[in-house]
Amino acid sequence: MSRPSYRAWFVWQRDGDVFLRLWRSEAAGFLGEPLFVLAAMGFGLGAYIGQVNGQSYLSFIAPGIIAAYAMFGASFECTYGSFIRMEVQRTFEAIIATPLEVEDVIAGEILWGATRALLSAMALLVVLAVFGLVASPWAVLVPVAAVFTGFAFASISMVFTAIVPGINTFNYYFTLFITPMSFFSGVFFPLSGLPKVVQWLAWALPLTHGVNVVRAALRGAATWGLLVDVVWLGVVGAVAFWLALVLMRRRLIK
Amino acid sequence: MASIVEARGLLKKFGPLVAVAGIDFAVEAGTCFGFLGPNGAGKTSTMRMVCCQSPLTAGQLYVSGLDVRTQGRAIKALLGVVPQENNLDPDFTVLHNLVVYARYFEMPPDTARRRAYEVLDLFHLREKAHSPVRDLSGGMKRRLVLARGLLHEPRILVLDEPTTGLDPQGRHMVWQKLRQLREQGTTVLLSTQNMEEAARLCDWLVIMHQGRILAQGSPADLVREHVGSQVVEVPADAAPAIVGQLSRGDATWEEVEDTVYVFARDREALHRTIGLVPGATYRPATLEDVFLHLTGRGLTE
Ligand SMILES: Nc1ncnc2c1ncn2[C@@H]1O[C@H](COP(=O)(O)OP(=O)(O)OP(=O)(O)O)[C@@H](O)[C@H]1O
Ligand SMILES: [Mg+2]
Repeated sequence: MSRPSYRAWFVWQRDGDVFLRLWRSEAAGFLGEPLFVLAAMGFGLGAYIGQVNGQSYLSFIAPGIIAAYAMFGASFECTYGSFIRMEVQRTFEAIIATPLEVEDVIAGEILWGATRALLSAMALLVVLAVFGLVASPWAVLVPVAAVFTGFAFASISMVFTAIVPGINTFNYYFTLFITPMSFFSGVFFPLSGLPKVVQWLAWALPLTHGVNVVRAALRGAATWGLLVDVVWLGVVGAVAFWLALVLMRRRLIK
Repeated sequence: MASIVEARGLLKKFGPLVAVAGIDFAVEAGTCFGFLGPNGAGKTSTMRMVCCQSPLTAGQLYVSGLDVRTQGRAIKALLGVVPQENNLDPDFTVLHNLVVYARYFEMPPDTARRRAYEVLDLFHLREKAHSPVRDLSGGMKRRLVLARGLLHEPRILVLDEPTTGLDPQGRHMVWQKLRQLREQGTTVLLSTQNMEEAARLCDWLVIMHQGRILAQGSPADLVREHVGSQVVEVPADAAPAIVGQLSRGDATWEEVEDTVYVFARDREALHRTIGLVPGATYRPATLEDVFLHLTGRGLTE
């Protein structure tokens, strides 16, 4: 295995170029859908719920939605997106005929996945700010949380992409891992109401920590404790990143 | 002259399957070196090892004096690679495919654009510069892959069946460009199944079969050594009599289905052995005769 180099940025740029060409058609995914969910849940369900932890339901779920869509953005990019580039378009094969190695390609793809998470979070943050849902300057932590959440999920997704036999297998990844995660990470309800065992399990989920940071940031309730969340996301991300490099080399270099 | 690519005992296995069976070859700088072989002969496997995209199972392989095992990045910077299967980026236009590819070689953006237009001109693709790749015909896509391989002015070109999918005009155009590049000192390594391509383009040919090199030499020498200069194809009805005569003489011959192929050094030798056979076809020997003679006439896969 060779170490990823600065050349990973060329792959990041390539993916960025595609995004700049196509972002209008993708905006529905990274902006439209979360806003629909937010409006439906926040206003529809919020009318029956009243307050959660001293906030309106809309204010409570807004940060959760930001973190969850950072996760979705990075995950889609590094599963379906990367798989199509790898197997259908043979883009990876074309790139590794140049001075880039597999590790550069995968690192670039993961960085781009994290960037997608960041873009999605920033777009939502701007919309929320317009509607007066961003109360504190601590909101500057939102991009940090988005990048770390994005990095963790882009890496985890890439591990999966390295081992799937075909594109349909991603259905399992999303229905058994990503979607459940969005329900047990404090996006839609506080974890404190769950049984202790489930709370412990939920704590291990990376998304829980992304949600924690974004929520604290939007409320202006930042504490040093948030560092633990960020470090945990970093550790999960780093382990998955390394594993993704190893498994991708094994898959692509025969 | 020093060898620019040198392989010793080059072995490639995929599990139990031996794709390249410990071959030796040396490519001289500034020449065109061809791998000729039927499907599954191991041409692509060999070229992928040269391109540092596939690790060797055993043996040694040096490109421009660098070891492919340890100096992949440096070697790949010298190579222009045209893979057997097109792998253009369908998300981009023709021009942007080249611009993005140039970035991988760390070309400055203005150089990249200049070179991109140069190679587009070379392969008559300039008017398509702003078309999406998916709108190109198969032949245009192939030419674009060739153009992409030349973008960074590589010293060594590695072309895996470069002209498959091209019409005769396109093929001749590409041959002419490749000859031109070789004149300018570029080394060309190519694989092909096209005898005309091999004969017209290559200074040195190796004929591969089942992972082994069966013969090598210049195209003309290969023909002379392995089949002589004349071939007679004798049809079924005249065959039995001829076979009787041949088994007493010293010509090389081969019976395939209902035709007998007789190979001879020259016309006189041929006339002495079988004389003029009614209904037989007399023609000069070609590389195709060598190929079929050495690799057999059945399907190999
Ligand atoms: N990735 C791989 N995994 C397993 N076997 C492989 C792989 N690549 C090639 N082979 C096998 O290695 C042998 C040589 O294949 P190779 O592609 O090198 O042949 P080739 O001479 O390029 O043939 P063609 O003219 O059909 O392109 C074949 O038997 C092929 O099935
Ligand atoms: Mg091949």
